[in-house]
Amino acid sequence: MRYIPLSASDREKALAVIGASSVEQLFEDIPAEARLPHPLDIPGPLPEMDLMDWFEEAADKNTHAGPRRTFIGAGAYVHHVPTAVDHLISRTEFFTCYTPYQPEVSQGTLAAIYEYQTYTAALLGMEVANASMYDGPSALAEAVIMACRVTGRSKVVMPNLVHPHWRQVVQTYTQHLDIELVHLELAADGVCIPEKLAAAMSQETAAVVVQSPNFFGYVEDMDSINQAREESGALLIGAVAEPMSLGLLKGPGASGADIAVAEGRSFGGSLSFGGPALGMFAVKTSLARKMPGRLVGKTKDTMGRDAYTLTLSTREQHIRREKATSNICSNQALMATAAAIHISLLGASGLREVAVANLTAANYLAGRLARIAGVKLAHDKPFFNEFTVTLPGDIGPVLAKLASAGYLAGVDLGRWYPDMKKTILISATEVHSKKNMDDLVDLIAREAV
Amino acid sequence: MSGQSQRGINFTEGEIFGRGAPDREGYTPPRSGLPAIDPESALPAGTLRGQLEGFPSLSEPEVTRHYTRMSQWNFAVDLNFYPLGSCTMKYNPRINEAVARIGGFTTLHPMAPQEQAQGTLQVIDDLEKWLCQISGMDAATLQPAAGAQGELVGLLMIRAALTARGNPRKKVLLPDSSHGTNPASAVYCGYEAVTLPSGPDGRVDMAQLDRLMDDETAALMVTNPNTLGIFESDIIQISKLVHDRGGFIYCDGANLNAFLGKARFGDMGVDVAHVNLHKTFSTPHGGGGPGSGPVVVKQELAPYLPFPVVAQGDDGAYSLEYDRPQSVGRAHGFFGNTGVLLRAAAYILSMGPQGLAQVAEAAVVNANYIRARLGDHYHIPYPGRCMHELVITDKLQSEYGVSTLDIAKALIDRGFHPPTIYFPTITRGAMMIEPTETESLETLDSFCEAMIEIADLAKADPESIKAAPVTTVRTRLDEATAARRPQLRCSLCG
Repeated sequence: MRYIPLSASDREKALAVIGASSVEQLFEDIPAEARLPHPLDIPGPLPEMDLMDWFEEAADKNTHAGPRRTFIGAGAYVHHVPTAVDHLISRTEFFTCYTPYQPEVSQGTLAAIYEYQTYTAALLGMEVANASMYDGPSALAEAVIMACRVTGRSKVVMPNLVHPHWRQVVQTYTQHLDIELVHLELAADGVCIPEKLAAAMSQETAAVVVQSPNFFGYVEDMDSINQAREESGALLIGAVAEPMSLGLLKGPGASGADIAVAEGRSFGGSLSFGGPALGMFAVKTSLARKMPGRLVGKTKDTMGRDAYTLTLSTREQHIRREKATSNICSNQALMATAAAIHISLLGASGLREVAVANLTAANYLAGRLARIAGVKLAHDKPFFNEFTVTLPGDIGPVLAKLASAGYLAGVDLGRWYPDMKKTILISATEVHSKKNMDDLVDLIAREAV
Repeated sequence: MSGQSQRGINFTEGEIFGRGAPDREGYTPPRSGLPAIDPESALPAGTLRGQLEGFPSLSEPEVTRHYTRMSQWNFAVDLNFYPLGSCTMKYNPRINEAVARIGGFTTLHPMAPQEQAQGTLQVIDDLEKWLCQISGMDAATLQPAAGAQGELVGLLMIRAALTARGNPRKKVLLPDSSHGTNPASAVYCGYEAVTLPSGPDGRVDMAQLDRLMDDETAALMVTNPNTLGIFESDIIQISKLVHDRGGFIYCDGANLNAFLGKARFGDMGVDVAHVNLHKTFSTPHGGGGPGSGPVVVKQELAPYLPFPVVAQGDDGAYSLEYDRPQSVGRAHGFFGNTGVLLRAAAYILSMGPQGLAQVAEAAVVNANYIRARLGDHYHIPYPGRCMHELVITDKLQSEYGVSTLDIAKALIDRGFHPPTIYFPTITRGAMMIEPTETESLETLDSFCEAMIEIADLAKADPESIKAAPVTTVRTRLDEATAARRPQLRCSLCG
């Protein structure tokens, strides 16, 4: 086998040193009942060329038309990632290295994560970011658990404008932790109404979660929401599913959020059916020692040179076991490295430029769609690169027809919001040219009306 | 100072923040054919940010050089051996990388219609079936993004099954040699973590198990082989005792490399296990992730799998089932670290049934070879042979004031990554060494010779070791100050 250097003669030599007569002798501790009496029933082995055929054939069964005709966002946005990002994370020293527990031989990863933490904190308007979580939803779940732990309270207000999948993951994580998720119905409003949030909060409320842009794509008034939560003393958790918006929008921390989380895939990631993702997690300095996940800090070596190391590890499971702030160990380090590289390539002006391109595309598409008779924008609110559209007829058949014509024209919101059976959530980004969008609009005008 | 040659072709490199000139650019967005909109006309003024300070303004060649230089400051499995116990740092085949980057996979939106996602769904379904076959279990979920998330999902399923039987119970039993994630996951599932003291041979002590396994204990979470590299040879009796008292067996699959293709969780009485694709199934560690921690279960637990579940219809088409009323819920925003799943599927197909069994054989031979070679030079706390990893200690060296940490750092100067150190905590000064199957005997010999040289130096010249490492780009770090006055970001940026 090409990945196993141990040859027959090596094996004999090794067994002689070990003092065993056979390889099987080394497996004697496994009771006979547990031994597999036959080879595994799995396919293979396949040589490289045959293996590639197998996967190419599978990939061909993914019949989607590609990024320029994919107008779905809903938590996974279509972006162009500079080619250099994948090449750089394909440096063997970045992708075949281990968790940087030994800092002297891990300065490359540690420095990249330190950059990632710096960018994440700055973009989210927070003071301290960790080295990453699995994805936005699990980062939000950890934020909710942390908020309850630090406040000693147990209720968390969760408007239904937070991504439905994120709410589901929070539910999964918190179901046995004496945490009550207070559902708040705001779909008809399209944005959070500060008074309604305030009315849902009390002295028992640990936190309120606000996603902006929210699941419908609309930008929340985080400053007013921050004021609305003050009386209750609840923490504000800001969630961002599309961090490319942060090239224009101020981060949740700038409006007073105590914890901010984001799905970072838009920086350096690919769609890849939703994974690998990147959970961004950031807090105010006062909460740094209570946050989950790894942290990279800057210090000096014995020669007085700047150096990086994992720090504040006494929060973590490998030290504190059941008293840890989270069970997380492996995170998404390589995706965090990719994000740092992507953001470095963009710089401040590139971040703004790409964000403006998203805003431009989405506004153009919304304007054109709204001019189709019978089609209307479902909520008249400011948005970044995603918005809701109501069509005159049944959505399912229309989306299916558009899909077979090669266009993924958004998702059916009726899936999660029974009252919105005629509304789709549609997204346009920097990858969609005027021509791409004109073609889509013409198709919708033909098929949907 | 950046750009200065440190040693030959290894360059120093400073931080990226604030570098460059304002009119330099590293990226050009696609052409849209539209005039750019004025943000202030489309978004409320109060929601807009001011200028991002401190971000670099660099061209692509500058950014590429920055990260290429930084990468040179990392040890990596392609450079040399990582003897990290319970971490299985094996070679990451390059074909896996090519597979995961096929355009039909990378551009697929997770909310694309199912009929347009048949290829990825097929790979997910196939991988689930293969992992069930490899582990001897009945059903799988590939959603967990890492082992610890798998633990949480597995325990949630156990809790759901016990609740369905009438009592979720209150405690989870964990051997004192278990990974730290295990008790932390138990607490996240609403259980009290109860420590099970190991016996003198490092295995589960049946008498202690008998004493602690009561009718309020939901599960025993074992790692097999355990973190000492010892197979729990009583696993059948352990499972029987726990099952007889109404509990479940959870197996942490971190050490599956030891018996891949030779034995199976399902045949040991295990009810739930997670496997680490980034360990056993060759996907890269990436400096700490992304990993993937699929959970495999016996039939009784299948109704509780996270939703959605991938299913294949009679017509051969794959679909996603969301209507799973007994499910513990959704574990991931979408379907897990799909790119990692593709790599693991490629690995399994590359290896085939015989290849996977050879993995375990070579891994166990290699570990026992190291054990035999180091036995005269280091204290080995548990007698007998080991499986795929072994634990040694600094007991002999500590007489000369040389600790496990010193030995670890001295190994770095000899070109090796240190083993997992000070774990498991039940063994004082532990060094947990796992060679994996992808190291040659020549590499193992050079590692053993380095270890023996360090053992000799510990006696002859202990001070020479205590300064190690001296050959790296950085020497030992002031970790106390890092924790006391944490500097967790560059203050230039905001």
